[in-house]
Amino acid sequence: MSSFLLRGVRPLGGDPVDLLLSDGRIADVGVVGSVAGAHTVDADGLIALPGLVDLHTHLREPGREDAETVETGTQAAALGGFTAVHAMANTSPVADTAGVVEQVWRLGQQYGHADVRPVGAVTVGIAGEQLAELGAMADCPAGVRVFSDDGHCVSDAVLMRRALEYVKAFDGVIAQHAQEPRLTEGAQMNEGEMSAMLGLGGWPAVAEEAIIARDCLLAAHVGSRLHVCHVSTAGSVELIRWAKSKGWDVTAEVTPHHLLLTDDLVSSYDPIYKVNPPLRTAADVEALRAGLADGTIDAVATDHAPHPDEAKDCEWAAAAMGMLGLQTALSVVQQVMVDTGLMSWADVADRMSTRPARIGRVDGHGRGLEVGAPANVTLVDPSTTWTVDPHALASKSSNTPYRRMTLPGSVYATFLRGNATVLDGKLA
Amino acid sequence: MKRHLLSAADLSRDEALLILDTAEELARLADRPIKKLPTLRGRTVVNLFYEDSTRTRTSFEAAAKRLSADVINFSAKGSSVSKGESLKDTALTLEAMGTDAVVVRHSASGAPHRLATSGWIRGSVVNAGDGTHEHPTQALLDAFTMRRRLGSFDGRRVTIVGDILHSRVARSNVRLLHTLGAQVTLVAPPTLLPVGVQTWPCAVSYDLDAEVAKSDVVMMLRVQHERMNAAFFPSAREYSRRYGLDGRRFAAMPEHAIVMHPGPMNRGMEITAEVADSPRSTIVEQVTNGVSVRMAVLYLLLSGSESAIGSIEGESA
Ligand SMILES: [Zn+2]
Repeated sequence: MSSFLLRGVRPLGGDPVDLLLSDGRIADVGVVGSVAGAHTVDADGLIALPGLVDLHTHLREPGREDAETVETGTQAAALGGFTAVHAMANTSPVADTAGVVEQVWRLGQQYGHADVRPVGAVTVGIAGEQLAELGAMADCPAGVRVFSDDGHCVSDAVLMRRALEYVKAFDGVIAQHAQEPRLTEGAQMNEGEMSAMLGLGGWPAVAEEAIIARDCLLAAHVGSRLHVCHVSTAGSVELIRWAKSKGWDVTAEVTPHHLLLTDDLVSSYDPIYKVNPPLRTAADVEALRAGLADGTIDAVATDHAPHPDEAKDCEWAAAAMGMLGLQTALSVVQQVMVDTGLMSWADVADRMSTRPARIGRVDGHGRGLEVGAPANVTLVDPSTTWTVDPHALASKSSNTPYRRMTLPGSVYATFLRGNATVLDGKLA
Repeated sequence: MKRHLLSAADLSRDEALLILDTAEELARLADRPIKKLPTLRGRTVVNLFYEDSTRTRTSFEAAAKRLSADVINFSAKGSSVSKGESLKDTALTLEAMGTDAVVVRHSASGAPHRLATSGWIRGSVVNAGDGTHEHPTQALLDAFTMRRRLGSFDGRRVTIVGDILHSRVARSNVRLLHTLGAQVTLVAPPTLLPVGVQTWPCAVSYDLDAEVAKSDVVMMLRVQHERMNAAFFPSAREYSRRYGLDGRRFAAMPEHAIVMHPGPMNRGMEITAEVADSPRSTIVEQVTNGVSVRMAVLYLLLSGSESAIGSIEGESA
């Protein structure tokens, strides 16, 4: 096992120190001097963060290997500074059995670009009718702790109540895709001025907020953990804030694209901007940023959703929903949260590593950069900029809404248990 | 003129008036024994219809033929929108055939926009109705009809009644009539008005009786039968009582005021037969005017110069 000496790096943006990664752990912090046999990285000006943890990644394998695989998806993750990702369950077959989650978990181990934590489906086939074997998925080697029908809402209140209750037995969490299905029938974009103008079916904020309100009450009633996926409206932030003020165990995530992009972009009718939940208004974006900054929203999650070109190179109504996110997440967060002064790098570490790792119960990730912690570390160069080239990304798909945009900051290196997965901005 | 006609919102006042004036010139053709001009000889116009609409397709076809263009009717009905490849693949086919203009009707809002901006084809795109977005040539023919009956647009009050939420005709009319200087009021049950309508350049009312007496134009929209089962309003009977144009409301309109309908009508639902068939109803002439307006649009998009209009005037002189 190799050792890395990171010279003059700034942990969480603080004062420069040397960081020695050895035997998979952080072996030393401070003025280390030279270490025989260690690969020295001149990290002057780079910021060290605990390896990022994504709560919401679509790796598409099994079933849609034309869009993404565990291999390419985790390569994108490593290049984006992630050391662990949660692989969403809406694959084909659906990850609703121990067999499928174990398969995904093993593929992650095999490629070794990032730890893959499979998410188990809440209901069989994500059909919203019958609970999947949640316990079997929890007990198998993949050790599933996060359960989600993401892509679909567990809209049946009784089923949602039972799921919340049931996973208490193994410290699981239900990650809800909050979308009231009747209120979003035919919905194509955020309901508001823009949808009225464009003649696209409106997706009202209340369809998200009504489910969040209901689920917070249910989680409180049964005393369980609820996690709300990709919060997208100002009202949702208010509801989470209210639930937290009650002391309920409710957490939430926001995507980078909901922190940056607005529904004005849809006027191009370019399906690259078609996503679930939809891009909202500037007022929503502002509320999401504030909610993330004050900790109401616990985590940034990418909702990395690869799609092949033909799923986007068509008319809006026919296009698939979703956008890439792994390789651009940190840059977008730097642009909208750090460079604006809303958050520090320590806050970034908290929202993109510590808290998502805690929510997902991911051992060995999200720890502080202290001696003895597992050497899951990401080095960021905040002073650079880069222009996003969709075809230069590691993902098999190229559906990024940031194409041709210039974003700040780049991932210089990523270490997973002391091994470089990315070095000098390239896969190691 | 721009290269495409995708939305009534894209038209400046001058452009809109140019289309109406050109249509006025071209309408004279209809009175001649040979109703044909050589203007677009050798040009190919494709009617690409993903949605059935015999009346709109026929109108565009007649318009293109009267300008001597070659017309290909490409009925793509049945090709699934859920398999999104179809529009792009069809576009590439049309491009390979050397199409000069594509008249497209599609159930998906924005499909013509996508066709025009995606780089799939080089020709002009004319929106012949897309989803619940726009139907700009319908608005132009409505405006043409209004101008013929009422003269200018300035200060004229136009009331549009019915299913605004799903109506591309309403969207296009609001935009065009505002550009042309008319005052538009939308009347509908609140369930059939889009969220965000407050920002449109028009007034909104739930009360038809309050509006008819001050309207120069009352435009009735078709109510789709499927809306009746989707809780947009309690029953057809209640709808027609509150939002239908019957003899009593018709009698309350000013004497010069006209009644319009883009067709096809549900007689007895949004409009009674006596009103639809009255001489103040323009429903039949809207169809006739549709051909002239579409000729003007194709003509201006494809020949692209005002001078050619002079040649029509020369011929008719
Ligand atoms: Zn989702």
